[in-house]
Amino acid sequence: MDANFVEFLWVLLLGSLLGLELIGKVPPTLHTPLMSGANAISGITVLAALTAIIKADGNQALLVLGSISLGFALFNVIGGFLVTDRMLAMFSRKPARKEKS
Amino acid sequence: MSDFFKYAIDLIAVLLLAFGIKGLSKVRSARGANQLAAVAMGLAVIGLLGSYLGQPSLNAQAWAWILAGTAVGGVLGAITAQRVPMTSMPEVVALFNGCGGMSSLLVALAAALYPAALDATGIVAVVSIVISVFVGSITFTGSIVAMAKLQGWLSTPPWMQSKARHVVNIALAVVALIAAVEMIRNGGSGLWLLVVASALLGVGVTLPIGGADMPVVISLLNSYSGVAAAAAGFVVGSQLLIVAGAMVGAAGLILTQVMCKGMNRSLVSVLFGGALGASSTASAGGGEYTNITSCSVEECALSLEAAERVIIVPGYGLAVAQAQHTLREVTRSLEAAGIEVAYAIHPVAGRMPGHMNVLLAEADVPYEQLKEMDVINPDFPATDVVLVLGANDVVNPQAKTDPNSPLYGMPVLDVQQARTVFVVKRGMSAGYSGIKNDLFELSNTSMVFGDAKKVLGDLLGELKELGVGKK
Repeated sequence: MDANFVEFLWVLLLGSLLGLELIGKVPPTLHTPLMSGANAISGITVLAALTAIIKADGNQALLVLGSISLGFALFNVIGGFLVTDRMLAMFSRKPARKEKS
Repeated sequence: MSDFFKYAIDLIAVLLLAFGIKGLSKVRSARGANQLAAVAMGLAVIGLLGSYLGQPSLNAQAWAWILAGTAVGGVLGAITAQRVPMTSMPEVVALFNGCGGMSSLLVALAAALYPAALDATGIVAVVSIVISVFVGSITFTGSIVAMAKLQGWLSTPPWMQSKARHVVNIALAVVALIAAVEMIRNGGSGLWLLVVASALLGVGVTLPIGGADMPVVISLLNSYSGVAAAAAGFVVGSQLLIVAGAMVGAAGLILTQVMCKGMNRSLVSVLFGGALGASSTASAGGGEYTNITSCSVEECALSLEAAERVIIVPGYGLAVAQAQHTLREVTRSLEAAGIEVAYAIHPVAGRMPGHMNVLLAEADVPYEQLKEMDVINPDFPATDVVLVLGANDVVNPQAKTDPNSPLYGMPVLDVQQARTVFVVKRGMSAGYSGIKNDLFELSNTSMVFGDAKKVLGDLLGELKELGVGKK
């Protein structure tokens, strides 16, 4: 328990408030992509997994745990962002198509 | 790299993530915002690796394990994202989310088993580990159960729908609490008990929840995975992780709330009430249908041919039957015949909120034809034919007329005001609310029984025979 902890609590508080503020009015159209995009961001635990690997210092068990954790997190991040992009790409190409028909 | 650069990069990453989430809530900016968030994530990783660059801890062995994890997770993620059909979106989001929870859980486990290596000693670290293990486990098993249920791999055992499940879940929660207290007081012991109890709790809470409520649960679990990430941030001492986790956690909560409102459900009733059906039907004066008019596909085609304005109301049944492409062909031939076609999109149409927009976009329906409920409701009186495809509760007039109905107050589409309504449905079974739909008994309503895809296919054939849309 030190100054760091208090600082972290502030970060937590401000981060939560920011999250509450950012999603004010979301059109229903975007609920699915928003959910999947936010989900990709929660894969930010890649950072924790990387930290575990870097600090392992030759400890095999820690390396393995960290690496599996990294795999899961990246599956979440890469898959999440790509699938969100696939969905949103369908929305954005619409107006152009309409002119054609 | 100096500390200054590390902080600068973290700060930029946080800003980009915030703009990313913000941008995701507007159609115009959504795609760019998603890419922005992805860039932010990459930046955060580079910042972290950069800060350890040249230090002995980031050696060849560490790199090897980093690359191994990256290769497996990244490749599998990319393949999954490319291959998955749009109709399976709810399952995929659940799967990804569960993996995020698993990642937080594993980091917390690592910190609990080797606290010295990760500087995870002291009360703050232990409490953070406990939270991360608890939330991470629930997120993982809950998401996987949600995915399995949505895929149809898993159905709810009967006892899980009885009151007994509350006793089991409360017992599991108590065990988890005891294990948590034990861990905080005596260090490591209690860890595995906590893992098992929380994991089972995740299963126990999610398993009884019905398919239609599942999106709300996934959204809530998404919020949890943010909380788990923030807790992992406390464990490894990363402010960036805390901020991002907190943002996702809070945003997820709001989104969950918005979804609940659209379905006229409270979060409490979704989580603890089980399926809305059984209990409410009796009190709502449900009962049998008496005055049903059913008609053939041919009659439906004739009405469509004679119409000037047609509104399509796509619902859950359309998504399940994967009939969006056939529907698009039908509307194409109507448009070619000069008939005005629009789609009325209820906020919770599809398998999850906003899902119908994605499906119709995939089938090349012009974005401008998708009308939100408030926009299209005034148009129904001037409409000749409404085609309701696999939707039920969202077109139930009871929600506006009967104050005793459990649906009362839920926003609905006023389809009954149109001249003729065709309801394509597999049978007379109730919607997920289990409530009788007065619309089906109205004199201007005809039922067309059958699977949405089959009916639309036949309809397309009939329209062709009638020469609709041929030039």
